[in-house]
Formats: sequence, C-alpha cells, structure tokens
Amino acid sequence: MSIIYFLIGCSMLLALIFLGAFFWAQKNGQNDDLYTPSVRILLDDEPEKEEKK
Amino acid sequence: MKQIKIQQQIHCYHCGNDCEEGYIEQDEKVFCCNGCREVYSILSQSGLCNYYSFNVHPGAEQKSGNKRFDYLKEPSIVKDLVDYSDEKFTIVTFYIPNIHCSSCIWLLEQLNRINPAIYYSRVDFLRKQVNIRFNNKQITLHGVVEVLDRIGYEPLISLQDVIRKQGSDKKDNLVKKIALAGFCFGNVMLLSFPEYLGISVNEQAFRQFFGWLNLVFCLPVVLYCANGYFTSAWTNLKNKVLNIDLPLAIGITVLFVRTAAEIITHMGPGFADTCCGLVFFLLVGKFVQRKTYYHLSFERDYRSFFPVAVQVIEEEKERPVPLADIQVGQRILIRNNEIIPADAILLKGEGKVDFSFVTGESVPVEKVLGEVVYAGGRQTGEAIELEVVKPVSQSYLTRLWNNEAFTRLQDNRMQTFSEKASKYFTIVLLAIALGSFLFWLPADLHRGISAFTAVLIIACPCALALSTPFTMAAALSIFDKNFFYLKNTAVVEQLAHIDTIVLDKTGTITIAGGNTVTQHGDVSEYEKGLIYSACSNSAHPLSRLICQFWNHQHKLSTNSYYEIPGRGITADIDRHIVDVGSERFIRGISSPGSGPKLTEVHIRIDNIYKGYFSVQQHYRDGIKNIKDLSSAYEVFLLSGDHNHEREALSVVFKPGHMFFEQSPQEKLDFIKMLQANGHRVMMIGDGLNDAGALKQSDLGIAITDNVNNFSPGSDAILDGKALSRLPDFFKFSKDALHIIYASFIISLCYNIAGLGYAVSGRLSPLIAAILMPLSTVTIISFTSIAAHLAAKKRKLL
Repeated sequence: MSIIYFLIGCSMLLALIFLGAFFWAQKNGQNDDLYTPSVRILLDDEPEKEEKK
Repeated sequence: MKQIKIQQQIHCYHCGNDCEEGYIEQDEKVFCCNGCREVYSILSQSGLCNYYSFNVHPGAEQKSGNKRFDYLKEPSIVKDLVDYSDEKFTIVTFYIPNIHCSSCIWLLEQLNRINPAIYYSRVDFLRKQVNIRFNNKQITLHGVVEVLDRIGYEPLISLQDVIRKQGSDKKDNLVKKIALAGFCFGNVMLLSFPEYLGISVNEQAFRQFFGWLNLVFCLPVVLYCANGYFTSAWTNLKNKVLNIDLPLAIGITVLFVRTAAEIITHMGPGFADTCCGLVFFLLVGKFVQRKTYYHLSFERDYRSFFPVAVQVIEEEKERPVPLADIQVGQRILIRNNEIIPADAILLKGEGKVDFSFVTGESVPVEKVLGEVVYAGGRQTGEAIELEVVKPVSQSYLTRLWNNEAFTRLQDNRMQTFSEKASKYFTIVLLAIALGSFLFWLPADLHRGISAFTAVLIIACPCALALSTPFTMAAALSIFDKNFFYLKNTAVVEQLAHIDTIVLDKTGTITIAGGNTVTQHGDVSEYEKGLIYSACSNSAHPLSRLICQFWNHQHKLSTNSYYEIPGRGITADIDRHIVDVGSERFIRGISSPGSGPKLTEVHIRIDNIYKGYFSVQQHYRDGIKNIKDLSSAYEVFLLSGDHNHEREALSVVFKPGHMFFEQSPQEKLDFIKMLQANGHRVMMIGDGLNDAGALKQSDLGIAITDNVNNFSPGSDAILDGKALSRLPDFFKFSKDALHIIYASFIISLCYNIAGLGYAVSGRLSPLIAAILMPLSTVTIISFTSIAAHLAAKKRKLL
C-alpha cells in the first residue's frame, strides 16, 4: 500500500505542472482577449497570399 | 407637401445605408457617398475585396469627412500616444469605435497589404482596439492614422486616453487566486475522501499523511488567496464598520486554526476541504461580480470631450499645440465642428457656436467680435480665431467639473442589502457563538471551544456573500441584452431604490438632430425654388432644415441677399423679394404668451404671406412609457433649452415638474435640493451639461444613440432605443432585490439547520463538507434561475 505515497506524489507533481502552465498562460496574456481569436480562425486566407507575421 | 417617391431602396455596397440623396457607381456597385467609394477603391486596389464577402455591408459610413490629424505630427503628442518606440519601429494601440464585425477584424489585420511599412496589426474585438507595429522610418504615426481613416476606421484619440486608462487598471491577481484555490480545493477533497469513507485500523499512517497534506494545501489558500478578506476586515474594523468581510475572515481563520489544531494533535481530520471550498467559492463570487464592459467607459471627464491639440497661430503660422500647453494670450484657430477648449475672445471670423453640449440649447449662438466664448462650444461654420483669456484648467467648464460633486467619494451612496444585513448578521453570529461557548464552559471546556468554533464555521455567511454577486451578475447580463449597460452590480440595487427621476430634454428625450419639418400653407413649384434658393445661402440650422426638406430643387440666381442674425433673411431672387424668418420679422407680431418662437419659420414672397414651416423635435419612442412612470415616481424635466416645447411636453410631465433654461450648475443644485428633501434621485442625461447632475445624483444614467461614442461619466449607459423599456428595468431591478432577499432566507435555513449541530458541539467535518457546498450550489442555481424567470416575466429576455 505504500505505493500510494509515490502515486500521490506523482499526481501532485502533475497537478502542479498544470497549475504552472495556467499561470504561465495567464501571464503571457492568453486570456486577455477571449473573443477575437474565435473569429479570426474562421476568416479564410486567399490561396495565393503568403502570411507574414 | 413632401413627395415620397416609391422606388426600390438602393443600399450602399460599402456601408449598407439607403442612398437617399443620389448615388455614385463604380464597378457596377453602388455607393452612397464619395467616402464609401474611396474606401472600396483602396480595398480593391490592394486586392482586399474579401472584406465584403465575410459580411454584407461591413463598412462604416464615410459621409462626415474633413478630419484633421495634423496634431499627430507634433512629437510631444506622439510621445504620449505610442506604447513603445525605438529607432526602427513603433508600437501603438488605438481605440477604434467603428470595429463592429468580423470583416473589421479581417481588414484591420491586413493593414500590411495596404501599406507594407506596417508590420503587424492585431485586433481586440471586445475592447475595440487595434495594436499596430510599424516601421517608423517609412511611415509616421500620422501616416498610420491616415491609412486607418482612409479605410473607414478612424481611431478615437482623446486627451483622456481610453486605452491608457484601461491598461493601468490595477490587477489584483484574482484569476490567479481562483486557480490556486481551485487547485488546492480539488486536491484536499480527494485527500479527504478516505477519511469520510473510513480508514481501516491498520492503515492509520495514511490518516496522518493525508491530514498533513491537507494542511499544506490549506496554507497557500488562507495566506495568499484569502488575504483580501483579512485586510478588508481589518481596515473595516479600524474604521469601526461591520461588513460582511469580518465574519468571512473570522470563519476562514477559525476553520484553519481548528483544522491545524486537530491535525497536529491527531484528534481528527479538521475542516480543510470546507476551508478551501469556502475561499474558492467566495473568490468565484467576487469574479462574477466584477463584470466590465471593455469598450465602454463610465469614468469620463471633460478632457475626453476636448481635442488633443489646438492650432495655435504664432508669427502668421499655424502649429498644433497640446491642450495642456495652451497659455493665456495665445491665438487659436477653431475650424468648423471643432470644440473650443478654453474660454477665449473672438478675434476674427463669424462665430456660430453650438453650445448644446454645455447648455442643452440646440440652436447655435451667434458671437460677435470681442465677445467671450466659453469653453465647450462647438463652432459651426467658418474657421474663427480666438484669443485665450483663461487657461484650460480654469475655464468655466473645468470649474464646473471641479465642483465637489465630482470629488465626492462613491461609498456614501446607498448601502447595499448585503452591507446592511451583514452588520446584524455579524452581531447575531458572534452572540450565538459566545452563548454556546458559555453554555458548555462550566461542564466541559473542550466541548465549549468545539461548539464556539463550530458555530463560526457553519454560520459563515458564504451564501450571503454569494447571493448578491450572482443575482446581480445575472441581472447585469439581462440588462446588457436590452442595451442598458451598468457600471457594476451595485447599480442594480440602486436602481431598485430610486423614487425620483430627472430627465434632460435635448438629446435625452428628444433625438439630437432629429427634426420634422411640416409645411403650412400652399406654395407653387416655382415658389419652392425661390425659398430653397434663399435658404441655401444661409448657414442657419433652420434654413438648412428647410433645404433638406426640399432637397434637389433647382437653385435660382440670387441678386442680393441680406441676413439679420436671429431674425431672418431677405433676398432678391429672380426678381422676387423673398423673406424668410421669425413671425415677428415677417408679420411684425408674435403669438401672445410664448417665449422665443424658434420652431416656426415664416415666408413672404413679394410682400404676400405664404405660410410657415413648423419644426418639431423628434421625441424618443420611450416618451409615452415615461409618462406611465409618473404614477409611481416623481418625474422631473430639467432642460437647458428654451421653453418652446413646454406645451408638447406637458402631456408627459406634470405641471410644475418642468424646468427650462437651466445651467449645468442649476441642474446640479436641483438634484442636491431633491436629495436634501430625502429623495433618491436618478438623473438621465446625455451631454456635458448634465455631467454635474449625473455625478451628484444617486444614479446617473448617460443616454446615447451610439454606445461607442463618448458619453459623460455615469453609473450606467443606456442606448437611446431602450428608453421605452425603462419602466421594465425598474420593475426588474426590484425583482432582483427580491431574489436576493429570498436567497438570503434560503441560506438562513441552511445555517439554522447547521447551527443545530454546531451549538451541541458535535459538528462532524463530513456534515460541514456537505452542507457548505450544498448551500452554495443551491444559492447560485436559485439566483440564476430566478433572475432568468423574472426577466422572462418582464419580457426582457
């Protein structure tokens, strides 16, 4: 049963990684604009056009 | 009478407006004006016609031309506007009110195809902002703005910069706190399960391990996520105010201390999951409460109405100067449609100043040379030169703005229900807790402490703290759907408590610029031409209205033309003497008992009276519904305008409830007077002239036809077309309050049920863990469903 100590440790680590990822995304402004990207993805590019970003 | 031609409506290909006054054709497409055609040609040249495929008529109307961005060449102004700049490139963010559909996003993100010097542009649709990065060697800021303007997206640049203000909003890491609290809550729940399900005797080591882990997870929640409640409770305690944060802070502390004590002394599992859950739900409630409309600004002052820069004439040359640097004695040039930024003396040109923004009077005032023109007026007509006599900061308008009403703190407004209730709640809660402690103390000290802490835990006013934000947030989004935008959730409650309504006239119950001209008396087609020709010479708004009324008449040659300001015009046209003007001017008399007859224009041709035009202002549709309100509310009219509409308005307002020719200061004082008499006043206004009254009132609502336009600082912004729903809004706000009362009663029931366990000192962690989230979920679902049903009942959904 002591394997539980190890498993809990693993799950905590994983959860902490996700929490860290969320903080990172928040800090990078991923949640600043929650609407425009959803529209942007629906706008088709013309075939001959090359995107320069 | 006006002939209405029955024909198929032609819509502009670009903006979709009806082409009433003729149209321009290009590439077999129809445009309402040159501006729209111009935008289309730019787009087609750059191969950007996809713009039109995403939406039908995506463009913005281009009729109002003649915009000036010269001030953007002034380095000191540019410096304040850009976000970042180095030798190579510059980043700037503009607020563009015209952004309204997906085509706008597409086009604005293709700016590099119109001008390759622009590297990158990104649109934030909800904030109506575009972030542009450009090569400052190849294009200037001025050039970028011109590109934007040419394709129909004029950025709105004001002194009180919208973007800057939003950017500087303080961040309190609420999302971060919620994420952390949620993370801990989830883990603690998982780790508490074995305890609730029962751990067998030979696995007691796990109990210790889980307990310590729970405690570790509790630490960041209490110390970091909940610190806002502790600081708020402490400051309130210092100011001798009891608010809801105090019992919440006590609850959280007790939960944590007891959990720590139980785990350290191996006495039990503690209440770690209740503690984390409580903080998590409270923070979610806080988050819900903080709904903001990114594209609306409720905190405007006079600076947002003023231009960023003014043309100063120095040594025969014009130079744009930032408004703040304007000094007394400088000569400034004000062109048509520009706002006069400081009190100044008219030196050159013919001043026709529209003070509707400041006074509410809609007819331009003629100013003669040497006269002082107050700040806030808008010049209509030719460019004028003025000499500044007072710095911007001391002008009449600014002084009004600096009235104490504007510096008044917001918290002396009406107390919300939860504030009032929490005061008594705290006292009762502490009394019960102490009572049960003293009851058990003689027999069993341990049980006494346990009962004391249990009461504080179970009665923690979580539901009370949540019912208001969730109800109000639901109400806010319902109002939002009906074009009524409230600054924050507390405004809903203020709306419910209002007993007096004060309305402004011009722009509020009348539509600015919306006038109906009716012709009385007969004129022949030829005479029509005569009158049209006479009026077309004049820049007076009434003349222009008449020209609009008979558009596309053949213009006859004018031999002589003479205009007497404020009275009328005399013209010799095609050998006929045409007189157009006021009743007194034409007939030598005026109707008895009335003030200035501004709304009638009389005509005489060759000394024969031909009848008159009456100009009636358009009232908004909601005016009838305003009348219905007067049974339950005191409804007043405060107008800066003359009283020539008194009769028409007496249908809506009670006699003695209408006040005309009110200055902004008088409006403010009127509101103060009502408040001193114990009324709770709501003011609805639209212009700068109402701004003082809006701030002073318990609830100020700015009304506007385009919510993206500037509106004065206020608690709420109402779209003009929703004015008719005002009675429903009132009823619904009362419903929302009743929902809060009901949810409060529900949470009380839970508390009383829980208190039964608590006072006996036998509160098990399992019961707390079930009762607390259950009451929270009940409250949240009840408030959301009830608000939805109430909105249905009031036909707001």
